Amino acid sequence: MSETIKKFMYLNRRAPYGTIYAWESLEVVLIGAAFDQDVSLAFIGDGVYQLLEGQDTSESDMKNFSTTYKALGDYDVTKLYVEKESLEERGLTLDDLMPLTWEDEDDDWAEKDSIRLVSRAELADVLDDQDIIYSF
Amino acid sequence: MKFAIQVNEGPYQHQATDSAYQFAKAALDAGHEIMRVFFYHDGVNNGTNLTTPPQDDRNIVNRWSELGKAHDLDMVVCVAAAQRRGIVDEGEMQRNGKDAQNIADGFRISGLGQLIEAGIQSERLMVFGD
Repeated sequence: MSETIKKFMYLNRRAPYGTIYAWESLEVVLIGAAFDQDVSLAFIGDGVYQLLEGQDTSESDMKNFSTTYKALGDYDVTKLYVEKESLEERGLTLDDLMPLTWEDEDDDWAEKDSIRLVSRAELADVLDDQDIIYSF
Repeated sequence: MKFAIQVNEGPYQHQATDSAYQFAKAALDAGHEIMRVFFYHDGVNNGTNLTTPPQDDRNIVNRWSELGKAHDLDMVVCVAAAQRRGIVDEGEMQRNGKDAQNIADGFRISGLGQLIEAGIQSERLMVFGD
């Protein structure tokens, strides 16, 4: 669709429910996947809650969109950076998050982890390397 | 510089749209290009012509319309966000069986692809919101 390939970062800073930012951010990611850019997502602060395993919204009547994250691999969205300190500050570990994977067609469709646990300092370098940052 | 602007918050509730407007105006006055202003989340509420603010306050919607007209700005309201929040143009009115439209002068309703395209084609994307 475009000859220019830019590094697109979607920075997710908020809890999945409570406000609509997380869901409308995902909508941008899904549409953006059609544009063949170099896409990453990052989850910092309360944004790490978006990836929590076992989300149940039945009592609050909010739309549970957590399964959408599991489909991101099929959209070639395979780089999900999670900030280690943000997890720790909330008493969470990688084991509390959904297992998110993608299939690498260049490696005999091997199943690989989409989540990349990075320190705050490492994430700062990743952000510095981006062309565009959509902040939600 | 070729800028694109994303506005994520509605008028009056939040100053983000004021800041975006002032940035756009200053950038244009300085000779820069604004290739698109994209209104997302509650930012779509900047595009309704039904607002009636008190006379001693700024009229945020009209201000965008006037700036858009003066500089031929491409001011895009996200369709998905607009449908949730009741921002309707002629096409949306017919498509969704509504009996009214309220899109303000100079705004148009289109898809999220316009935001991605703005990111690709601009040199800087400025995001205004929390």
